Amino acid sequence: MNKTLAILGWGTVALLGAVAVGVVAVRRGEPINALWLVVAAACCYALGYRFYSKFIAVKILALDGLRATPAERLENGRDFLVTNKWVVFGHHFAAIAGPGPLVGPVLAAQFGYLPGTMWVLAGAVFAGCVQDFVILLFSVRRDGKSLTEMAKDEIGRVGGFVAYLAVITILIILLGVVALIVVNALKASPWGTFTIAMTMPIALLMGVYLRRIRPGKVLEVSGMGFVLVLAAIWGGQYVSQNEAMARVFTFSAPALAILIMVYGFAASALPVWLLLAPRDYLSTFVKLGTIALLAVGIVALHPTLHMPALTRFVDGTGPVFAGKIFPFAFITIACGAISGFHALISSGTTPKLIARETQTRMVGYGAMMAESAVAVMAIIAACVMQPGIYFAINSPAGIVGQAPATAAATISSWGFPVTAADMQALAHAVGEQTLYNRTGGAPAFAVGMAHIFSHSLGGDTLMALWYHFAIMFEALFILTILDAGTRVARFMVQDALGHVYKPLGRTSWYPSILGTSGLIVAAWGYFLWQGVKDPLGGINSLWPLFGISNQLLATVALCVATTIIIKMHRAKYAAVTLVPLAWLIAVTFTASWHKIFDPNPRVGFLAQAEALAAGPATGATVRLIFNNRLDAAVTGGLVVMVTLVLAESLRQWLGILRGTKEARVKESPFVRTRLVEEQG
Amino acid sequence: MKRVRGTIRDFAATAVAVLREIFDEAAYARFLGRAGIVSSSEAYEAFWREREKSCARRPRCC
Repeated sequence: MNKTLAILGWGTVALLGAVAVGVVAVRRGEPINALWLVVAAACCYALGYRFYSKFIAVKILALDGLRATPAERLENGRDFLVTNKWVVFGHHFAAIAGPGPLVGPVLAAQFGYLPGTMWVLAGAVFAGCVQDFVILLFSVRRDGKSLTEMAKDEIGRVGGFVAYLAVITILIILLGVVALIVVNALKASPWGTFTIAMTMPIALLMGVYLRRIRPGKVLEVSGMGFVLVLAAIWGGQYVSQNEAMARVFTFSAPALAILIMVYGFAASALPVWLLLAPRDYLSTFVKLGTIALLAVGIVALHPTLHMPALTRFVDGTGPVFAGKIFPFAFITIACGAISGFHALISSGTTPKLIARETQTRMVGYGAMMAESAVAVMAIIAACVMQPGIYFAINSPAGIVGQAPATAAATISSWGFPVTAADMQALAHAVGEQTLYNRTGGAPAFAVGMAHIFSHSLGGDTLMALWYHFAIMFEALFILTILDAGTRVARFMVQDALGHVYKPLGRTSWYPSILGTSGLIVAAWGYFLWQGVKDPLGGINSLWPLFGISNQLLATVALCVATTIIIKMHRAKYAAVTLVPLAWLIAVTFTASWHKIFDPNPRVGFLAQAEALAAGPATGATVRLIFNNRLDAAVTGGLVVMVTLVLAESLRQWLGILRGTKEARVKESPFVRTRLVEEQG
Repeated sequence: MKRVRGTIRDFAATAVAVLREIFDEAAYARFLGRAGIVSSSEAYEAFWREREKSCARRPRCC
């Protein structure tokens, strides 16, 4: 009876999912309701989790509930700790969910809602969730080792070294790109800048409160910090209305870039408890609350999507970023579908908290599904806007023109009607002077989110507050990534330099702290500066670079996973990681080829450098030419590094399959769990 | 009704546990238990001295 009910139940879910995906995929010419996307996503995730992840857990990984995890065997109350599975799930989700699943889908919406939605659903179920799940389990079976350590142990020294270089490179590019998103969201916006500026003294206050007044009461002080941030958002409108105050908080993009670099350096060099940790708490508090609120808002309002399923820009002529739907849609959306960065988290803190192997399925596969759901919400937020407005916000001045009337006319000529008056009214409604040329995805997401929130709660009168709440929400956790990322990269560089000269490796030695912090900030600051000075808005060149590096890191992670699966004598099931790996190789290598060699100057770095060289030579041109060549070199370098890992992995696989190499996994020995009462 | 109340209570307890872990309150409580001391400004300082290295190495995803 139970089996019959299960078949009926899952059959219904499959049918409902098929109908919803069908409506999303086939419907053309008239707007569809966002609920179709929600239902399609919910059904795909449910089926993927129930059947595909279970297949992987049983047939390939053979999860063993009796095997003691490092959290149990090495428990020290600090890093290694047996933790409730829901607590680990929440912890893991909070670590993997960043601005990526919000920004990427918003940018990719220039192709329409369909490509992004399909990639987010299929990519998550068959690639992203699988990567996070298997890397987490393999790390658990290796005492919580990191991805780079596993690459070294299982693939070889080349794999380990390349993984290390790839991590540093992706961190630097990531930090440059996310900083650019904040700059583009805050330039010439006194309200937004004031709100974000206020989060710094608020964080310092929280740090001092935690240290001196109520030690350890983090939830309490985060709640207080949140109230103060809301007050700052409220106060921001008066700052923007007061001419003198507005002047103080109005910055150009270059000025904001310099301020952000100074902030990144200070946050990396100051004690963690004073600025980094309180900001992290505040950002997590806002992030979790806002994501939950957005989910409720979408279901409650179930808005209509005005963006068509497919736009004319699938041909590669898009204004937001240039390049055809393949491969560019698949590198633009990384987090939300598959993100190599997640492999660092899955082989970082999380494996040291898992109580039982069987929980890796829920934590690894499940948390990635939750992040994918966030990406679906971002697609909805971007597509509820009229397409003309979406393109007016996201198109750089270099494409649509500087003057409002020219920009509106250009966008309307693409078949997406918008008028200068519409844009002026929208800017006025959200409390900004202008919303043109706000590239980077964050302002467009904020407008979409404000639309959903204000229609669910407060009406048009609260539109401006919701918009700045959304900007604050994004900027807050982007800056958290910036300070945490700078510090992580600093530690990695210090670890490496410690092999050359021991004191440089000491994380408490101030000359080393200042030197390495400066080095890391200068590295990502260079990319930020390049983006700020780019006439095409920076996102056109930097976001693809970030997408390529992130997906290449996923390629390394899937190479590690496939190698281990083959060594476990499960080669007949290796397609589970090999197929996403093959797809990522196709996507990233094609994208890299286009970004380096495409003859279209809007796509290829070298073509753009050549086009610039053919024009009049000015100081700015020389710099732009150098930047384009540098970006081409970085992309090429990443591809070479990953090719080396691939070649090394392939050598391992063939050797094992031919029997010329011993298939020996470097797992920790089996120890039976003592948590007998929890076994079931 | 009793079962519903119980489920809600369990859910709330888990949610609080998740938040306490994410916000390091649980880690601080474990530190106090391990060191056998009560919460104070000095204890919190010692907690952060111990935690600084591992916390600062924790990456945040994009």
